[in-house]
Amino acid sequence: MIQVQNINKQFDDKQVLFDVSVDIVEGETLAIIGRSGSGKSVLMKHIIGLLKPDSGRILVDGTDINAISYGELREVRQHFGILFQGGALFDSMSAFDNVAFPLRTFTTKSEAEIREEVMICLNMVELPDVGPKMPSELSGGMQKRVALARAVSLRPRYILYDEPTSGLDPETSNTIDALIEGLAEQLNVTSIVVTHDMHSVLNIADRAAFIYKGRMHWTGTIDELHDSDDAILRDFVKANEYQIGH
Amino acid sequence: MARIRNTITEPVLALGRYSLLLFHAFGALPEFSRYKKNLWEQMVHIGFDSLPIVMLAAAFSGAVTTVQTSYQLVTPLIPKSIIGSIVAPSMILELGAVVTGFILAGRVGARIAAELGTMRVTEQIDALEAMGLNSIGYLIVPRVIAGVIMFPVLYVAACFVGITGGMMVGHFGGFVPMGEFVDGAREFFQPFDPIFGLIKSFVFGFTITSISCFKGYYTAGGAEGVGRSTTQAAVASCVFLLLADLILAATLL
Repeated sequence: MIQVQNINKQFDDKQVLFDVSVDIVEGETLAIIGRSGSGKSVLMKHIIGLLKPDSGRILVDGTDINAISYGELREVRQHFGILFQGGALFDSMSAFDNVAFPLRTFTTKSEAEIREEVMICLNMVELPDVGPKMPSELSGGMQKRVALARAVSLRPRYILYDEPTSGLDPETSNTIDALIEGLAEQLNVTSIVVTHDMHSVLNIADRAAFIYKGRMHWTGTIDELHDSDDAILRDFVKANEYQIGH
Repeated sequence: MARIRNTITEPVLALGRYSLLLFHAFGALPEFSRYKKNLWEQMVHIGFDSLPIVMLAAAFSGAVTTVQTSYQLVTPLIPKSIIGSIVAPSMILELGAVVTGFILAGRVGARIAAELGTMRVTEQIDALEAMGLNSIGYLIVPRVIAGVIMFPVLYVAACFVGITGGMMVGHFGGFVPMGEFVDGAREFFQPFDPIFGLIKSFVFGFTITSISCFKGYYTAGGAEGVGRSTTQAAVASCVFLLLADLILAATLL
């Protein structure tokens, strides 16, 4: 379980997060939604310890990740897989080597075992043949899928997705959504999806947390999202071309 | 007022961040075995790939020093061997290390800053950290160690080629016969000179790679930021290389 408790974050003179709290329950898929610049990605980076809050705590399975040593934090991070917005594939390595990288770095598996594991991961994202290709030879959607294969290669307990469908056409977005949903079921992972794509939220999330101007404005299940009469939330959802209740 | 304050505080903050980066890099040394695969690759990039341009520049430095010494000093009253006495120590004490340093600052420093800067702005460094890897240990330590190992190798090659180039131009250009050049070089040779040059090359190797890593690792601001970091890495490396050159000469000679 991940607990975000009252975190505040300021960059230079600009406060980005105000007293944000949210719990992410084991096995659920939580969508963190909000407008661009509302602080969603900053919150996600706090959850994995890439940013430190000015105040407040982030507990991962009861451990305050900002109160432990860097070495301990790195061990905690090994339970996470992250899909970054642009994929963040290592451009000096092939798709195969990208997926194999965490296995070669953190396990003692033989090359044959790693090869087998990489193929399983690439099959999971329905890209079994892209192994020899370099990231620059792949489309944006394919890069995200390879990055997803890399994120799950160590079988994490938590997967964080940063805008997984942004910049993709609707068909590819649906493919990514289906993969996220499928992986959550197959691997029984807890997923946190940062997005402003309401179509995606309705497809994959169990719950949603709405950040507005750096504050946690609303949290609830997808059914509650449908029924919500919160004006700001309804405006956000409407702006995403989705009518609540439809 | 704020601008004046920034002018004062920014260099102090940068020095603090640079020191912290080095502190974390040294802290990552115990787990170096995990990152050593990168070392060989970096040694090739920094050392082997730089060899042709370093040798070319050193050959021309030696040749030009020979021609200029001949122009300035050789008269009927001064023996021609003076050319060897000036060219060889010049290469060993100063030109071998400094010419190599400037070339590496441009070639290797810019490459390192652009590479790490691009990794930063495309979140590849965040991806390494998020996996549980020490990004400083993985990216910076092998580059700095490769610089410290390979710079002295390049320095030795630069001295050898520079002195040979000077000797060849002296001989075939009719400035000084080869035998007299060698006699002159031997006459004023001090055993400490190459040791001093090697110490310089270690310091320069560390300075260039660590500054470039620092500039690249803390890049911000997309493609423009990468361009800015790359330029700053080359310029700062050259400036601190000159400063280190002066300090070493003043303290060790």
